[in-house]
Amino acid sequence: MKTHPLRRGGLIALLACLIFAPLVALAVDDPSEMLPDPAQEQRAEAIGAQLRCLVCQNESIEDSSADLARDLRHVVREHVAKGESNQQIMDWMVNRYGNFIRLKPPFTIGTLLLWVMPLLALCIGIGIAWWTFRRPRAPTPPPLSDEERRRLSDLTETR
Amino acid sequence: MSEQPSSPTRRRLLMAAPLVVAGGVGVGFWRMLSGMTRGSFDPHDIHAPALNRPVPDFTLPDQAPGTGFSAADLRGLKAPVLVNYFASWCIPCVAEMPVLNVLKDRLPIWGIAYKDKPEHALGFVQRAGNPYARIAADHDGLAAIDWGVSGVPETFLVGPGGIIRWHTASPITEAMITNTIMPLADSLKS
Repeated sequence: MKTHPLRRGGLIALLACLIFAPLVALAVDDPSEMLPDPAQEQRAEAIGAQLRCLVCQNESIEDSSADLARDLRHVVREHVAKGESNQQIMDWMVNRYGNFIRLKPPFTIGTLLLWVMPLLALCIGIGIAWWTFRRPRAPTPPPLSDEERRRLSDLTETR
Repeated sequence: MSEQPSSPTRRRLLMAAPLVVAGGVGVGFWRMLSGMTRGSFDPHDIHAPALNRPVPDFTLPDQAPGTGFSAADLRGLKAPVLVNYFASWCIPCVAEMPVLNVLKDRLPIWGIAYKDKPEHALGFVQRAGNPYARIAADHDGLAAIDWGVSGVPETFLVGPGGIIRWHTASPITEAMITNTIMPLADSLKS
């Protein structure tokens, strides 16, 4: 069965919408919150996506509809509009809420295990695989004795 | 002769490994959960970096029935003061009020009404009994962000010179007062 190309295109578009919709479903529920300059707004959203909402804790402030998240979004946009760099805004936030506000924690002694865990897991996996395959194969069986040879030929020749 | 049988001790060791790991994880979770019920572990506890730093710059307007204050007021102090963020719409704040009302005779408490309507904050303080020596209003919640406040109630012990010496993001309890706040406040006085 052949589908009309236009219909198939529509289907793909719908699918794309369904897949990517959650990515753009931000909690900026008031358009007046957004900055008039689209480039600045985009930067503010990118910064906000890296900041943890301290109320919901596992959401970024861009995704959260908590009151404090809205205030922090507002603060981020103010700083962006003032022309501060991403680093400056991030430092401002860390200065107030500590590294906890960063969804991507910096590499420190405390987060060492967190960062090296993927590598560690890979090494452990390779280690286990190596250890398993290294085991000696079963030794080759000794050649048949005369007695066994005779029994074998008896068995095959009875037919 | 077929495959060489693996030694029984090695096989048992391999079978025990997942059990040991699961057991270890189980003990970890159990300790976390029991710590949550006993109060020694709080996953919501945010370790604010405000400790041992001077109070942030701010000036806040009056909140009836008290007068507001600024960073300069706190920095000019010679004795410790408890700074308590509260709001009329916050249930844990209601819960800590009786404790604050007992504490106020031993340690001055300054209140900041967080994102509250002035008449609501006034009503709250009148109903609960006013423990605050001074009360300020943080209408837009921006001063709270400078303090690193993530919700109400949140309390800071500010020592002489306006240095933040202690902080909690949970309601004040009697145990906190006897075990932590008063010993610390007394040590800051001398």
